[in-house]
Amino acid sequence: MKFIDEYRDGGAVEKLVHAIEREATRPHVIMEVCGGQTHSIVRYGIDELLPPNVELVHGPGCPVCVTSLETIDRAHAIASEPGVIFCSFGDMLRVPGSSGDLFDRRSAGADVRVVYSPLDALKIAVENPTREVVFFAIGFETTAPASALSIALARRQKLGNFSALVSHVRVPPAMTSILGAPDNRVRAFLGPGHVCAVTGLDEYRPIAERFGVPIVVTGFEPLDLVEGILRTVRLLEASDPRVENQYGRSVREHGNTDARRWLDEVFEVTDRKWRGIGAIADSGYRVRDAYREQDAEHRFDVAAIEPREPPDCLSGQILRGVKKPSHCPLFGTRCTPETPLGATMVSSEGACAAYYASGRHLVRLGTRRDERRADP
Amino acid sequence: MSACPVPRSSYDAIVLGHGSGGRLSHDLVARVFGPSFSYDESFAVEDQAIVRIPGAGEIALTTDSFVVDPLFFPGGDIGKLSVFGTVNDLAVGGATPLSIAAAFILEEGFDIATLRLIAESMRTACDQTGVRLVTGDTKVVERGRGHGVFITTTGVGVRRPGVRLSATLARPGDRVIVSGTLGDHGIAVLAAREGIELETSLVSDLAPLTGLVDAMLVASTEIHSMRDPTRGGLSSALFEIANASKVGVVIHESKLPLKAEVRGACELLGFDPMYVANEGKLVAIVAPEAADAVLEAMRRHPLGKDAAIVGEVVGDHPGIVTSRSVIGGERIVALLAGEQLPRIC
Repeated sequence: MKFIDEYRDGGAVEKLVHAIEREATRPHVIMEVCGGQTHSIVRYGIDELLPPNVELVHGPGCPVCVTSLETIDRAHAIASEPGVIFCSFGDMLRVPGSSGDLFDRRSAGADVRVVYSPLDALKIAVENPTREVVFFAIGFETTAPASALSIALARRQKLGNFSALVSHVRVPPAMTSILGAPDNRVRAFLGPGHVCAVTGLDEYRPIAERFGVPIVVTGFEPLDLVEGILRTVRLLEASDPRVENQYGRSVREHGNTDARRWLDEVFEVTDRKWRGIGAIADSGYRVRDAYREQDAEHRFDVAAIEPREPPDCLSGQILRGVKKPSHCPLFGTRCTPETPLGATMVSSEGACAAYYASGRHLVRLGTRRDERRADP
Repeated sequence: MSACPVPRSSYDAIVLGHGSGGRLSHDLVARVFGPSFSYDESFAVEDQAIVRIPGAGEIALTTDSFVVDPLFFPGGDIGKLSVFGTVNDLAVGGATPLSIAAAFILEEGFDIATLRLIAESMRTACDQTGVRLVTGDTKVVERGRGHGVFITTTGVGVRRPGVRLSATLARPGDRVIVSGTLGDHGIAVLAAREGIELETSLVSDLAPLTGLVDAMLVASTEIHSMRDPTRGGLSSALFEIANASKVGVVIHESKLPLKAEVRGACELLGFDPMYVANEGKLVAIVAPEAADAVLEAMRRHPLGKDAAIVGEVVGDHPGIVTSRSVIGGERIVALLAGEQLPRIC
């Protein structure tokens, strides 16, 4: 298939891997920011091909997993209101809130529909004028412009029955937050290709400069990723903290100006809570007051729903690499993939879920005894 | 499949994923039906059962319900599907299908002319495969309690003499052969479904497998297992074989036959073609020395022209299916958790 197969060429990947082996002379910790990149890395086994001194750390860029418990619970409350058609991207249906997921709501009679674009939700609103149609607007700067467009179109078409529950998040503040933590291990980033296709590179230069970390904006195919890693390693070896663009076939210097205009028209920057990490300043978008009729948080009375993440969950520290899942007393007991308490168990790329999948909860007690014995 | 969030495996009420043919379906059978009906270790291992009739030999028996939406899709309809689906479950067990019984659950208000079209389509499908629809039943439910029509078919057949195919018979070294391109049915139906504007000329692969199975069984006696990878796709079929035979399976991703339209749709939606349904394909586990002869025989048949050896059975990692990626990395192909959902990340 054109534009895909050439980026999955095993021979070309091997050459770049050899170059990484040759050029990486010391240990490097590189974070891939985007969940899509993590999926590709796991799917193609790219991390297995790298030399041991080049470590990939999975970033917080899975929009499904970082959506706050509070937002999920509000979504569930709205979906359960009689007469509501609740439209969501597919993978959000499985994300657990304080009690169950959207599949449970659907099973209990809620009208929850999978859409591929907010514009599909808009169409549903046109076709069902007597029903309230709510779109669950989550994701990074990639999905936000289409949400903004649907909100603007609903206003323009005077669609009184369409609103969006907006929980969009922004990547650069999350990167800043990771780098600013005292225990940070990340020394470079593979930047988020699709996000930068919308926003351009402007916001990334100050981060590279301030923290002295190279950022290589990278695509999602195996060859993109391996090339992105090689270019990052070169910058790290040269101690050259600059921003480079590996994904030139999609990313322009200033991004997609139309998309940015819609974002700016409908949304304003706000603080946002991330599941497992907590609040990050300026890390989200919210609906501007001019569009509040299309804001589901305004139309539905959900502001009072403010569940607290379990205080004894260590996922925040695990996300930053400070603690291991086996250090958490809840791991494998109260917290399992069926009853996840934190983002690192919700996300299948999360450390707790990975530990659980490989059966480490079964040997935890033994390990702990060993640890105790090793203590002086 | 790597998925976010981590899929749940336990629900207190039925969710759609219980019908996906993946982990939730297996779980439902094991937790709810197993305790009541596992008379022996052969419970729910095969797609059909062999019933011994005292003094009268053996018959092969299978049953299946059809709830496809839309009722008419590119390349077929619910009627044809309900006949071929049951015929294929018998065929891949090495049985010759003979008779079919059909039960119809009709929704109040359903158009009789449409029902007639479905009945005619079933008759054509029966004629094509040499089976007779000999008995049936109709029930009507109130408007809103059905989806036009649901059909359940039950098929009986006789096992060919000397043929023994079972999901328990895969051995390390065996080759994995698929009969053609994967995922055509699932993507064609998805594209035809309202709300998904996927423009494609793709049609379902819906077809009876009896002729292809005949050709294969004539070519070799060294075919150990066969499955038609319907819902849950190739991954579910291989998972069931790996578990029943206590072996591992390694698939080479680059060898999977895929139509460009299916690849494109899967790329777009974040689907893995190994999880997408087929209705006219089979996967066979064949002894290594017989693999080429079986492949050759399959390719001579119109339904097997794109047949390919896509992997092998291994002694390592029993019960686990892995996939070697085009760039050489290896990953575990987990059983589909619930429904395959379009990913945003």
